[in-house]
Amino acid sequence: MEIVVNGEPRTVGAGATLLELLNTWSLDPRAVVVEHNRKIVRRPSLGDVRVEPGDKIELVQFVGGG
Amino acid sequence: MDTPFVVGGQTFRSRLMIGTGKYRDHETMVRAIEATGAEVVTVAVRRVDLDRTADGSILKYLDPKRFFLLANTAGCYSADEAVRYARLAREAGFNDFVKLEVIGDQETLLPDVAGLLEAARTLVAEGFKVLAYTNEDLITALRLEEAGCAAVMPLASPIGSGLGLLNPVSVRTIKRRLKVPVIVDAGVGTASDACVTMEQGVDGILMNTAVAAAQNPVQMGHAMRLAVEAGRAAYLAGRMPKRDVAVPSSPTEGMLD
Repeated sequence: MEIVVNGEPRTVGAGATLLELLNTWSLDPRAVVVEHNRKIVRRPSLGDVRVEPGDKIELVQFVGGG
Repeated sequence: MDTPFVVGGQTFRSRLMIGTGKYRDHETMVRAIEATGAEVVTVAVRRVDLDRTADGSILKYLDPKRFFLLANTAGCYSADEAVRYARLAREAGFNDFVKLEVIGDQETLLPDVAGLLEAARTLVAEGFKVLAYTNEDLITALRLEEAGCAAVMPLASPIGSGLGLLNPVSVRTIKRRLKVPVIVDAGVGTASDACVTMEQGVDGILMNTAVAAAQNPVQMGHAMRLAVEAGRAAYLAGRMPKRDVAVPSSPTEGMLD
C-alpha cells in the first residue's frame, strides 16, 4: 500500500506498525520523532499504531542550526 | 563576582550559546564549540533523509549529556508552524526549552512579532520554556515577558549578517526594563561585536555564523569565549565616563623648570 513519508510517496507492507517501518528504514526510534497524520506518536506507542493507505508520516531529527 | 546565569530555572556555566549550523564539517564544529566553552548549543528540527544522502542526526557528533540542546523553530513563518516544530523538538526527549523563531520576511529574516507572541502564549501554556527571538523593540519584549517567556532574545542585527550590534540603546533599554534574562541573538560578526554586546549588560549572547563562517572557526570560537568574558567583566566593572577633553594620566606637578 502507498503512504506519504516526509512528503514523498512510499510503498510499504499492509498493516505495518510505525515501529516496523522505522526498523525497515534502519532508523533508531530514539533518534527520530514521528508525526502520524499531524499527530505526534510517542515512542512507547510506535508499535501500537498501524498505518493505513494514504497516511501521512513525518520523521524528524535534530540537525545543525542556529 | 558575577551572578549565576539562570534561564528557565536552569543554571548555565557559560553566557555564550552557540549554533551548530553551517560548519564545513562535523569535526570543525565540535572543536569550535569546545573552544567557545558554550554549554548551550542550538539545533534545528528537520526531516530525516530516508535515502541517507544527507548527514543525518547531529547527535552523532554532539553528546547530549555534555551539551544542553536548545531546539529552534528556524525556518517557520507562522505561529502554527513554529508550535508544531517546538512540539516535535520536545518529543525528542531532552528538555522543554525552545528557541522560538517566527520569521516574517525571507530577505531580512526579521521576526513576525504578532506570530511570535501568539506562538509564545501557546507554548508557555503547554509548559515550554520559551526563549523568544525578537527584534529590538521594547514593547514586543515586554509583551513576550508578560506572555511568560523564560528569556527574550533581541537581535544585534539580522541573522547571518555579521553587522554587529546596530542598536545598543534599544538593547540596553530592553535589558533595563525586563526581569527575565535578555540574550542577544544573531548578527554578531567578530569578537569585538560580542564584547560590545556584553558590555551593554545583557545576560548572554547566542551566535552561529560568526564562528562557523570564520576562516578558522576553532580560533574564532576561542576569541568569542574571551570576548564574552571580557565584555561581561567590563560591564560588571563599570566603565569610566566618556569626556570630550583630555585629562592627563600623569601628575601635572613636579615637572622640571
